[in-house]
Amino acid sequence: MIILDVQGFSKAFFVHHLQRHIPAFNEVDFRLHAGEFLLVRGVNGVGKSTLLRCLYRSYLPTAGQAIYHAHAGLIDLACAADVDIAALRRTEIGHVTQFLRARPRVSAIDVVTEPLLNQGQTRAQARQIAAEWLTAFGLKEDIWDAYPTTFSGGEQQKVNLVRALIVPRRLLLLDEPTASLDANARAALVTRLAQIKAQGVAMIGVFHHPEDVRDLVDGELHLTNTQVDYVAN
Amino acid sequence: MMTRPGLDHPRLVREVPLLQARGLCRRYGAITAIDGVDVSVYRGEVLGIVGESGSGKSTVLRLLNLEEPADAGTYYLDLPGYADQNLFTMDRYYRRQIQIRHIGIVYQNPYLGLRMRHTSSGNVAERLIMAGERNFATLRQAARGALSASEFPLERMDDLPIRLSGGMQQRVQLARALALRPMLLLLDEPTTGLDVSVQALVLDTLARIQRELQIATVIVSHDLGVIRALADRVMVMRHGRVIEHGLTDQILEDPQEAYTQQLVYAKL
Ligand SMILES: Nc1ncnc2c1ncn2[C@@H]1O[C@H](COP(=O)(O)OP(=O)(O)OP(=O)(O)O)[C@@H](O)[C@H]1O
Ligand SMILES: Nc1ncnc2c1ncn2[C@@H]1O[C@H](COP(=O)(O)OP(=O)(O)OP(=O)(O)O)[C@@H](O)[C@H]1O
Ligand SMILES: [Mg+2]
Ligand SMILES: [Mg+2]
Repeated sequence: MIILDVQGFSKAFFVHHLQRHIPAFNEVDFRLHAGEFLLVRGVNGVGKSTLLRCLYRSYLPTAGQAIYHAHAGLIDLACAADVDIAALRRTEIGHVTQFLRARPRVSAIDVVTEPLLNQGQTRAQARQIAAEWLTAFGLKEDIWDAYPTTFSGGEQQKVNLVRALIVPRRLLLLDEPTASLDANARAALVTRLAQIKAQGVAMIGVFHHPEDVRDLVDGELHLTNTQVDYVAN
Repeated sequence: MMTRPGLDHPRLVREVPLLQARGLCRRYGAITAIDGVDVSVYRGEVLGIVGESGSGKSTVLRLLNLEEPADAGTYYLDLPGYADQNLFTMDRYYRRQIQIRHIGIVYQNPYLGLRMRHTSSGNVAERLIMAGERNFATLRQAARGALSASEFPLERMDDLPIRLSGGMQQRVQLARALALRPMLLLLDEPTTGLDVSVQALVLDTLARIQRELQIATVIVSHDLGVIRALADRVMVMRHGRVIEHGLTDQILEDPQEAYTQQLVYAKL
């Protein structure tokens, strides 16, 4: 089952005060099926994060299409209405960034249960599910009710990951999710990713240490400053 | 400069927006405060409005609150019995009923939203009285409930707002706005002028209420942090027009217009 069909996908920024175009990536084509894992590679600044953000629509792509096969039908992520994108983010598409955007006075447990509460789960159910996840990632229980603004980088990243992965998704965009994690948490993450991949979740990931996810990768997308190569494993 | 083709109409989201306003115009003498503004907001959604001083943000809220007539434009709220009614052309009595029962507003300046010589609980109860409630015990109970939902310290509910801190005054305004469970909540700079720590608490309250009540909210703020914390989508206004709109993270991280880039990068 196809999840995503990307063609001619391009992004350039235009910075008005410099009157300058900053090209990020150009004419990207690939196809992703349910349960597939696409690894995105390329040097710093080549546009890997920008590609994921354009698919999540934190950035507006400049050209091309990204036909996403939603539960309710086909939709082009490049030009879908904002409210449709917002709906997909709540239910089907997840984006795991490198850093948590901690909000003042929101506890770790509230950060990670929020997606469950938004889905209509009770507080007690949500807390129980969250507890399992936080334990799996090795976040110590004493700090679950504390504010992540005070956490170490690795602790924040664990909260970030749990928040992003706690509700089931059909498509996950992973931007260096292991960057600040210790070995145990990295292993826990890879185990979780393998589980959800087996459940049919499609993933596009950028990994600083690709060897972490070697066994999960089905295809690779090499971004270069001049061209894009898609290689199926 | 590169211009993108516009976005599609919603396809996955099939429900009708709670609020749909088109072509809003308002002039004050020679000044055109707003000129052709379109607004739509869904239930459960928060729309942010940002833009420089004098760009027409408060004017948009005043029109949506049916406080002032529009010079042009249409305004529909998807309410039972009223869905096909352009509220601007409706009879004054019904307009007032809709304003009281279905719209709540919080102003930056508490003097606009509160009677400083009535108690805080009285300010909240007044909303219910306007809607026809007369029983004293019911009024008091409802006022207490609304104040507590806004996380107002109940032991101060009989104080005059003039004696309260800015954060508490905003909570009284919020309780008053929410007392009748409106479908639409309008917030005009609700946290401006508060200490940063008080502001964070009021923001928390707003976020919680938004999640629990699933109302449609429009918030105007100069503070992009407030917008990021609360809004799902953002409209950028300049000289009375909407120059750009999009998902909040997209407007803040990949603004397209020169003015928006300047606004966003200035705050980073
Ligand atoms: N919001 C933005 N506004 C303007 N330019 C941007 C923006 N985001 C990214 N860029 C530019 O786009 C290019 C691609 O950046 P991107 O972050 O996607 O690279 P990357 O491949 O993820 O790099 P890294 O490996 O360092 O994470 C860079 O030149 C960057 O400066
Ligand atoms: N009652 C009025 N009489 C005359 N002019 C008015 C009136 N109300 C607003 N204006 C003018 O309309 C324009 C838009 O004002 P508005 O209050 O909507 O701006 P705003 O975007 O809310 O600004 P701010 O960020 O400073 O609150 C301004 O030029 C203002 O002076
Ligand atoms: Mg990157
Ligand atoms: Mg104003």
